[in-house]
Amino acid sequence: MSKKELAVAALADGTVIDHIPSSALFKAVKILGIESLGTSVTIGNNLESHRLGKKGIIKVAGTYFPEATLNRIALIAPTANVNIIRDFEVKEKHHVTLPDTITGIVRCSNPKCITNNEPMDTRFEVIDREDVTIRCHYCGRIVKAADAIID
Amino acid sequence: MSNRSLVSIDDISRDELLDLLEHARYFEEHPNHKVLDGKVVATLFFEPSTRTRLSFETAVNRLGGRVIGFSDPAATSTSKGETLKDTIKMVSNYVDLIIMRHYLEGAARYATEVSDTPVINAGDGANQHPSQTMLDLYSIYKTQGRLNDLNITMVGDLKYGRTVHSLLMAMRYFNPTFHFVACPELAMPQEYKDFCDANGIKYVEHTDFSPEVINAADILYMTRVQRERFQDLMEYERVKNLYTLHNDMLVDSKPNLRVLHPLPRVNEIDRDVDDNPKAYYFEQARNGLFARQAIICRALGIDILKQESEKK
Repeated sequence: MSKKELAVAALADGTVIDHIPSSALFKAVKILGIESLGTSVTIGNNLESHRLGKKGIIKVAGTYFPEATLNRIALIAPTANVNIIRDFEVKEKHHVTLPDTITGIVRCSNPKCITNNEPMDTRFEVIDREDVTIRCHYCGRIVKAADAIID
Repeated sequence: MSNRSLVSIDDISRDELLDLLEHARYFEEHPNHKVLDGKVVATLFFEPSTRTRLSFETAVNRLGGRVIGFSDPAATSTSKGETLKDTIKMVSNYVDLIIMRHYLEGAARYATEVSDTPVINAGDGANQHPSQTMLDLYSIYKTQGRLNDLNITMVGDLKYGRTVHSLLMAMRYFNPTFHFVACPELAMPQEYKDFCDANGIKYVEHTDFSPEVINAADILYMTRVQRERFQDLMEYERVKNLYTLHNDMLVDSKPNLRVLHPLPRVNEIDRDVDDNPKAYYFEQARNGLFARQAIICRALGIDILKQESEKK
């Protein structure tokens, strides 16, 4: 049994997010707000992956994230897989899906954008799903998700 | 958001654009029409812009409405650190319509989200200025008698000039052919060329402001080449006079050609063009009044043409 499978199986209840590109792992950690969780969290990075070469994985015990929160990861990790674990078994397995609009998380790169000067949420519309390109709802600035500033 | 707000020219459909032009035409014939009796309009200028403010305020006054507002945010609670949201919420309690200009991009869109009254964007930073686009469209429509199938040549600063970008996007409904004349530093951004491609709009790029380009044009849309746009001042010195229009360059131009410019102009149109009947930039600014009257009535849900036809 490989180490990865061992680790997943070791989780009694919780969420495993797998197949995160290594370069996006810490952004994903930030998006999920894992820093403020009190439960046990395992984060692995630069693990071998057939599909991605190097991948990251996040395991969070005793926590189930809302669908909308998980889908936010699609912005930077469209390949990510979500496994819902209950009683040591994978009860559910699905891909993250990119929403049409993204509220919060991403900061607009335009210093003259209203969102950088007023206490308010940012909002971006996904204009290209293949390239994962988003446009600021307010100032119109277009940015590739890979270059997006995550708050 | 009130669906009668106007933030970007993109918010308006083709039919609505044409309807606004018909209304502008009506207001040109009947500039004093007291349809805003009892209405109060706020002009909130978080950034000074005398020309635009006077044009909007004249439009309200000629329609019989009253104006409140400010032209300098230094004298308001914005300077005390009040958020835009709070200012807009407060003002929207008092008035029927807000006309705002702001130095931050996206400010007007955000204002529509926090305001109960409609908002007209009178310019938000380098982003949008839809009333300018409406007056440009009206000027083209009026001088050419149509908007379809025109050859429109844009000259000067095509990189930063928001008026050319908005006009380009608004013309997508009318099968234009564009000629972009600019030095490489100020060329039309890829984003707008992609927009042309996606909408089947024909365009040709030039670095040379040649007689062939001028003589083929129906509309010559001149813009100011600003010194501060250049990293290399030597480059600015080299190109600053390459895109200046002189009267003798119009000798063989088409009889219907009109020269437009959003103003203020510096030296990109020589003074000797001013007396040429093809020079249209001062009338263009005047058309702003009628275009703004039309925009204000749309925002307040007043359809004057419908009212007039019902009278008959």
